[in-house]
Amino acid sequence: MKLSPPTLQDLLFRLQQFWSARGCLIGQPYDVEVGAGTMHPETFLRVLGPEPYRVAYIQPSRRPADGRYGENPNRLYKHLQLQVILKPSPSDAQELYLASLAAIGVPLREHDVRFEEDNWESPTLGAWGIGWQVLLDGLEITQFTYFQQCGGLDLDPVSVELTYGLERIAAFLQGVDNVFDIRWSADVLYRRVRWPEEQQFSAYSFEYADPQRIRQMFDLSEAEAKSLLDGYDQSAEADRPRYPVLAAYDLCLKCSHLFNLLDSRGVISVTERAALIARVRTLACRAAAAYVEQNRLRSRETE
Amino acid sequence: MSPKRHLRRSATHSALLVELGCEEIPAWMIERAAEEWKASLQKYLSEASLLEGSPIDTFGGPRRLTAFIPSLLPRQPDVVREVTGPAKSAAYDAGGKPTRAAEGFAASKGVNLKDLFVVKLPKGEFMAARQTVLGRPAPAVLAEILPRAFSEIAWPKTMRWPAPGNPRFIRPVRWLLAILDGRVVSFEFAGLHSDNLTKGHHTLGRAVIPIHNFGQYSTVLKRNFVLANPVERRQKIERELSSLAARQGLRIHPDPDLFNRVVYLNEFPTAILGSFDPAFLELPEEILVTVMRDHQKYFALEKKSGGLAPHFLAVVNSDRDRRGKMRSGHERVLRARFADARFFWNADQKCRLADNLARLDSVTYEASLGSYGLKVKRLRSLCEALPHHVSPPDSPAASVELKLEVLDRAALLAKCDLVTDMVREFTELQGVVGGLYARAQGESELVADAIYDQYRPAGLDDDLPRNLVGCLLSIADKLDALVGCFAIGRIPSGSSDPFALRRAAAGIVRIVVEARLTISLNDAIQSAISSLSLVNPMLAFPSGLLGQVRDFLDDRARFYFEERRGHAFDEVKAAMAVGSDDLLDLAVRMEALRRVRRTENFPPLAAAFKRIRNILEKSAAKESIPATPDPALFAADEERALHFAAGETARSSAGLKQARKYAEALVQISALRPAVDRFFDKILVMAEDPPVRANRLALLRNLLREFSTIADFSEIVTESTAAPKN
Repeated sequence: MKLSPPTLQDLLFRLQQFWSARGCLIGQPYDVEVGAGTMHPETFLRVLGPEPYRVAYIQPSRRPADGRYGENPNRLYKHLQLQVILKPSPSDAQELYLASLAAIGVPLREHDVRFEEDNWESPTLGAWGIGWQVLLDGLEITQFTYFQQCGGLDLDPVSVELTYGLERIAAFLQGVDNVFDIRWSADVLYRRVRWPEEQQFSAYSFEYADPQRIRQMFDLSEAEAKSLLDGYDQSAEADRPRYPVLAAYDLCLKCSHLFNLLDSRGVISVTERAALIARVRTLACRAAAAYVEQNRLRSRETE
Repeated sequence: MSPKRHLRRSATHSALLVELGCEEIPAWMIERAAEEWKASLQKYLSEASLLEGSPIDTFGGPRRLTAFIPSLLPRQPDVVREVTGPAKSAAYDAGGKPTRAAEGFAASKGVNLKDLFVVKLPKGEFMAARQTVLGRPAPAVLAEILPRAFSEIAWPKTMRWPAPGNPRFIRPVRWLLAILDGRVVSFEFAGLHSDNLTKGHHTLGRAVIPIHNFGQYSTVLKRNFVLANPVERRQKIERELSSLAARQGLRIHPDPDLFNRVVYLNEFPTAILGSFDPAFLELPEEILVTVMRDHQKYFALEKKSGGLAPHFLAVVNSDRDRRGKMRSGHERVLRARFADARFFWNADQKCRLADNLARLDSVTYEASLGSYGLKVKRLRSLCEALPHHVSPPDSPAASVELKLEVLDRAALLAKCDLVTDMVREFTELQGVVGGLYARAQGESELVADAIYDQYRPAGLDDDLPRNLVGCLLSIADKLDALVGCFAIGRIPSGSSDPFALRRAAAGIVRIVVEARLTISLNDAIQSAISSLSLVNPMLAFPSGLLGQVRDFLDDRARFYFEERRGHAFDEVKAAMAVGSDDLLDLAVRMEALRRVRRTENFPPLAAAFKRIRNILEKSAAKESIPATPDPALFAADEERALHFAAGETARSSAGLKQARKYAEALVQISALRPAVDRFFDKILVMAEDPPVRANRLALLRNLLREFSTIADFSEIVTESTAAPKN
């Protein structure tokens, strides 16, 4: 039987169907700019604490420094990730993952599949994990990570995080060299959907973004997040379960994106860079700690 | 399920097969882990008296570590041991009847009262019992040893995963197989229970495979597309690579590290040939090879006539490329990588290397030591001073001076490639890219090569910089790193050496010795310290900095001479005892020592020198020894003869030492042996008469001083000095 290669949207459907059938909740993309699907609260916050959880969602991820005005065949300002969290990680995580490749039309016997050491780390989130990049005929298509720490907290249980690079997989399946030639649907190319966005956001990130105002926005977002987190620390225990820790986390995400913008504008010195990363990390770690405590308080209430 | 088959159990020995199944272990760790595991097994099984000289074979692959022990004892031998109990006086009362103490002791050891006996110990007479400790069957002992041996493998970084007991390992452990003569050895590790099941290849093999013995293990796994033993994988790769290359009439770009890597990256390695657009060959070979090797783990192919061919060999984890998809996939990835490299090359050529200098100010070298901009300033300052401490023996010092501007130019541009797109993408090409760009931009060959080579030698087997300018630049770069890091207390300890200072120090030693440079290490270090305080005036550093760096370099020099040049440790110690500031001179002295120590006269002379040193050390505090012996005070012929012979030898060997003909000088000195022997035969050094005694000590001290400038012979281990000390 000869199948025509899946379109990008077929790919999204199939992967979500696959993981839905394996007990995953199908989430939606987060509506704050993020650099990776990991930053979505459905990963960052859900992996904290003891409660089991399984979720899969698509997350457009913005990396201002990777923008190439839509002129590079492989690099994008914004790309699509499919993120899967299995908490706790099951003992057959690798087999499940391989089965998902088969499900999207990769006949495994005909390809060279390999798990090569690649330990993921996000200093801005105080998060790291151990795992591999999965190579399909030499092409990196997935980051496979056993999450060890998040928001500075040791994770127990350990979750497994699968991050599929959707454009790469689609280009691979469709046999195209240029990401803009991917068929998004049967009759629309990726170029038509995304090219103006790539061009304009590259221009914004590299040329138009006003460093001074971006800095101010960073400071403001940080100040707002800080005052929320300070308020949480000072609040009475009874008020804590409904306290807007999630809003503080959103503001932390904003800081992270604004930092990326400053970085792409090339206005951050090396020492300042480390300092800014530490500021975002502090927010992320405080939000994580507050979230864990809230959950504990809430579960005590329901007992 | 297949029927359980039992190997015919040999009368006295059992075969043990153990396999740990794991998610993909990083390739570079596997070989060492298998070795460590073997050492632990060896240790514990010997301690448990189960091994009895049986060999242990351990090996590994991406998803499994395997041990095979062909002849283990099926149970520990029984051991009879003697245990002492209460004192004899406490064991019997006045009437000679056993006390409760004696009864209790016998009962606790499980023997009859009448079997107790008396032993004499320094503290007196005690009661004793002979107890037989029954050996336990091997499976019971293995259940304790196997988990311990696994847990003692020292992985560089471990992880947790959800499993009972919260184990830590390099990656999640997924199965345990342990069979002793066809029966499962029951044990627990990493939250799993052992069984007789293994798994085949991820996508080609079966997931549940029962194993009954080792003979069957390899063949069954092979049928399931796993070559468990790296020897087999190695042979398969070697065979296929060379046949594919030969079929194209091409040669494989040699790369032993890559070869070893692919052996441990694949369970069932198969070589395939791929091609790329010959237009990419316009890029420098170094860049193409690096992209292929480091990023894609491909072997580059060379034409027999030289130069790269537009083909590559990939090693895939499969039995064959059924429909050519692997080949076209790998080709597509390489195409994208090469296109990136070409893009970076073209983008970088839009400005000259020197234009990057200003940008180095915002790249941190080390937080306290500042930016790469400052590093370049220090390098230039050090490169200005360094040539004055160096005289390469094969070219006059003047020629170095001539190259001062060349060296300065190389130092100025050395770090400019760090901010190029190419190096940001391919960091391992730092230096190389700078050198290539320098050449492309019309810098002289000396400058370009020196920049290219500045990080060499990267290891004990790496080439040295090709020219003197490169050697000096490389020494300056490494010396600055050493002095800077020691100044701020970032001193390597244990396995932590983030700035690779050990490698830097070893590099300096290798360059000085192998490029045959005469250089004073102390002067060079002092210059590096001066450059540091000139460029980083606010930095406060410890007063003993020079000594610290020297000790560190001496340590690497010791390692180098012992491990790399095969000198005995006592040769190294003896030669270094009299100085290691000039490493080249040290190397020549050590070589001379190696040759002469095997001659007839040398060992006894060395022993005599050791004796002299002992005598002097013992009497140093008590005696006032004159500066030179007074011939008038000699009482015996033997001391006069030794004094005369020493004077003659000193004169004849001085010229030889001057000309660095150390072996010849040592032969001359060795000829003193009869005079020294006669002296010690007939003369009592510690004579009654104080002036005679002091005079003899002066004679010996002068002898020791005069002839210890090539090496301190008393450090040489000879048969007489190697005897155990009382």
